[in-house]
Amino acid sequence: MQKYDLVVIGGGPAGMAAALQAKEDGVKKILILERAATLGGILEQCIHAGFGLHYFGEELTGPEYAHRFIEQVEQTDIEVKVDTMVLEIRTGNIVIATNAVDGMLEIHATAIILAMGCRERPRGALDIPGSRASGIMTAGTAQKYVNIDGYMPGKKIVILGSGDIGLIMARRMTLEGAKVEMVCELMPFSGGLQRNIVQCLEDMGIPLKLSCTVIQTHGIERLEGVTIANVDENRRPIPGTEQYVECDTLLLSVGLIPENELTRMAGIIIDPVTNGAVVDENRQTSRPGIFACGNVLQVHDLVDYVTQESQIAGAGAAAYIKNKPKGRNRYVSVKGQSGVRYVVPQNINENTDKDVKLYFRVADVYRNARILVESDGKVLYNKKKPKLAPGEMEYVVVKADDIHALQKKELVVRLEVQK
Amino acid sequence: MQYDVAVIGAGVCGAMITREMSKLDLKVVLLEKYNDVAMGTSKANSAIVHAGFDATPGSLKAQLNVQGASLMAYYCNKLHVPYKNIGSLVVAYNWDDMKTLDELFERGFANGVPNMEIISQERLRAMEPYISEEAVGALWAPTAGIVSPYELTIACTENAVLNGARVKRNSGVFDIEFKDDLFFLSTASGVVKAKYVINCAGVFADQIAKMIGDTSFRIIPRKGEYYLLDKTEKKMVNHVLFHCPSKMGKGILVTPTVHGNVLMGPTAIDLDFDSKLDLDTTIEGLNIVKEDVKTVIPTLSTRNCITSFAGLRAHIDTQEADFLIAPSKANGHFINVAGIESPGLTAAPAIARYVANIFKEIAPQYQRKEVFRTDRPAPVRVNEMSDEERKALVAKDKRYGRIICRCEGITEGEIVDAIKAPCGARDVDGVKRRTRAGMGRCQGGFCGSKVVEILARELGEEMNKITKFGNGSKILYNRTK
Repeated sequence: MQKYDLVVIGGGPAGMAAALQAKEDGVKKILILERAATLGGILEQCIHAGFGLHYFGEELTGPEYAHRFIEQVEQTDIEVKVDTMVLEIRTGNIVIATNAVDGMLEIHATAIILAMGCRERPRGALDIPGSRASGIMTAGTAQKYVNIDGYMPGKKIVILGSGDIGLIMARRMTLEGAKVEMVCELMPFSGGLQRNIVQCLEDMGIPLKLSCTVIQTHGIERLEGVTIANVDENRRPIPGTEQYVECDTLLLSVGLIPENELTRMAGIIIDPVTNGAVVDENRQTSRPGIFACGNVLQVHDLVDYVTQESQIAGAGAAAYIKNKPKGRNRYVSVKGQSGVRYVVPQNINENTDKDVKLYFRVADVYRNARILVESDGKVLYNKKKPKLAPGEMEYVVVKADDIHALQKKELVVRLEVQK
Repeated sequence: MQYDVAVIGAGVCGAMITREMSKLDLKVVLLEKYNDVAMGTSKANSAIVHAGFDATPGSLKAQLNVQGASLMAYYCNKLHVPYKNIGSLVVAYNWDDMKTLDELFERGFANGVPNMEIISQERLRAMEPYISEEAVGALWAPTAGIVSPYELTIACTENAVLNGARVKRNSGVFDIEFKDDLFFLSTASGVVKAKYVINCAGVFADQIAKMIGDTSFRIIPRKGEYYLLDKTEKKMVNHVLFHCPSKMGKGILVTPTVHGNVLMGPTAIDLDFDSKLDLDTTIEGLNIVKEDVKTVIPTLSTRNCITSFAGLRAHIDTQEADFLIAPSKANGHFINVAGIESPGLTAAPAIARYVANIFKEIAPQYQRKEVFRTDRPAPVRVNEMSDEERKALVAKDKRYGRIICRCEGITEGEIVDAIKAPCGARDVDGVKRRTRAGMGRCQGGFCGSKVVEILARELGEEMNKITKFGNGSKILYNRTK
């Protein structure tokens, strides 16, 4: 069995930032396990610009953003195994993995960072009736075909779901000469970033149909068309609004699911709303020594935030490796209420020595709403925001002193919406 | 090319029968319309091995069902096909239902179904903890089970090929001429000559029979829609669960699959004769499945659905609606194997033997081969191996260490095996059925493009020539700018 201080599962932006932070904080033996052939994760196929505005203060493409971190990793003694799939995390922080070089790997790690990212919701989960024709795929799969393999997966496109990958692909396919007929969004608002709606749809002249969905696919071999319909406030199709749209491709951009198979197998507690692990402010999960960050923890809209979150996890893991803490921690629990769907982290050590950023998402589009952080009726934070949307992650900072002073070990993040 | 026997249709019956024919000293060809075997009813059904209490005593269905159920374990073992003898329960909800269970028991007894029992509510609950509180008892049939129908078809085909059978895919038969004791079959890939023809064309069996002037039956495509749930739901169901049959038919069943998912369905909608390609799922159909399943396991959640699909049963329009397995009255060298709906999958091994006996009567000149291989090489299944076995395998061939399908843990080595197998995969769905790559919860989101790449490499094609399931089901168009 091999021994490492830290094993990072996943070599995308999250895994690399976490490993680099841990290295900077003095962790000696670090190993990154990456299932793809290269480091970089999904950024490698995101050749559009828009990355790094927050973190680097400049606009980079996905590969450029990734390569800044790949170069840093290469300059350290962090070990990397690519083309390596982790199969299981066994009790006692033992990582079982397989690849073509080592065969089977059995690695003992003092600490583990989970950074496996997320996947797209597939067609099956949507329950769209119709045929099994080819030409129905997720936007990310299409992105790989176009940007990595260099093939067009279709000519006449309908996109269901206005998630960011769908919006990006609307523009990408248009630039490659395909006709993108429309983007249909079930909700009355888009789940994508405002800047993507403007740059990828409005600038390209692609209609965004809100409160509209695909109710049937047509075609026996290759997709020939879809039937779309408007939906009511309960997201049910409104009879009489059906419309046939001819197309050979249906791209799905209907949500991302954190890839927590390993996490579940390891018996780690999962938050039913984020579908990621429940963590504390250091991003430590319910299993001591196992940390999580990036899209496997919660789906982010900006990689810049992934990097920041992963640095927290890397620092947390480094501190854990250094101190080997024993005994139970006492936590302040954090909850989202009225309009706040979830908050990460879900727990804060009551004696935390630093201020804590609470990341959250809202349930609907709100204008001029107040964000409140309260505990036992006492308001710790109160700020008005002109606009809040489910597609944009928000955060508030709670001071360490305020956390120490709490009477009741509970924090609530909620919205006050003006009628 | 001239053959002794041409089998039309590579479903489970066609494959099983071809395998039987390959025991004889003759030339047999299996003609299939699609790019792969198991493309019709055999890939989209309930995947159940029925115990045999449904069919009317004395019918061919009853006889071949019970025989088939008892043969299934042997075949699946020899051919390395996933099969589990988990038993079935017909669930009763009231006094009337309990009487129906008695009738089913009697019928099963008459059909020769062994070891059935009518069990109490308590025992039922112990066997199925999530069953509806309304359930009052059940008919327990321990000989029932579950099987992977497409893998059974693929395995039989491979075995037949190893024994000298020829398989011609993309060879749909569109015309048959009979002259000088020889059938001339016009297919999409040229004319095939054969002395005998066995018609296993499933929902199209009537159209094939008509080509030799046999119009004695028609096949009604009866659509059934299904949901397949994630492996997370595995704990919810332990046995094949049927509703007590009512005037509405057998209703929806819920069952584990051999791969650890949960399958629920089917509906039963008769389509027009000209709708034999209609495999669309419908809102109405899927809603029926969703609603109906609640009466059996109220807490089963379709939210964890990974896919839905529809299949067509070949329902025959004759009065008794029994299997039609006999030489045609229009031509004694042409054997119909028609109307093979439920329990056709279960009966398939027995149907093949039954057809072999008919063939022996009409063509006694053919002798058994001296050597017949009864098995096929066991496919490598990396995720069923111990750590040590895996290590040894990867040391021999690195491709077994490269995971392509993350959800199901399928390696490049297994995918290459599936392509290189006798009658191997030629398209993405073919790889999926043989290896399970793309069968998991992301439904090929990540591995789909890699499978296309591997297929292209192994078949020596451009990536944009690779299809989802042959013909026009193309995946990629031109190169990007």
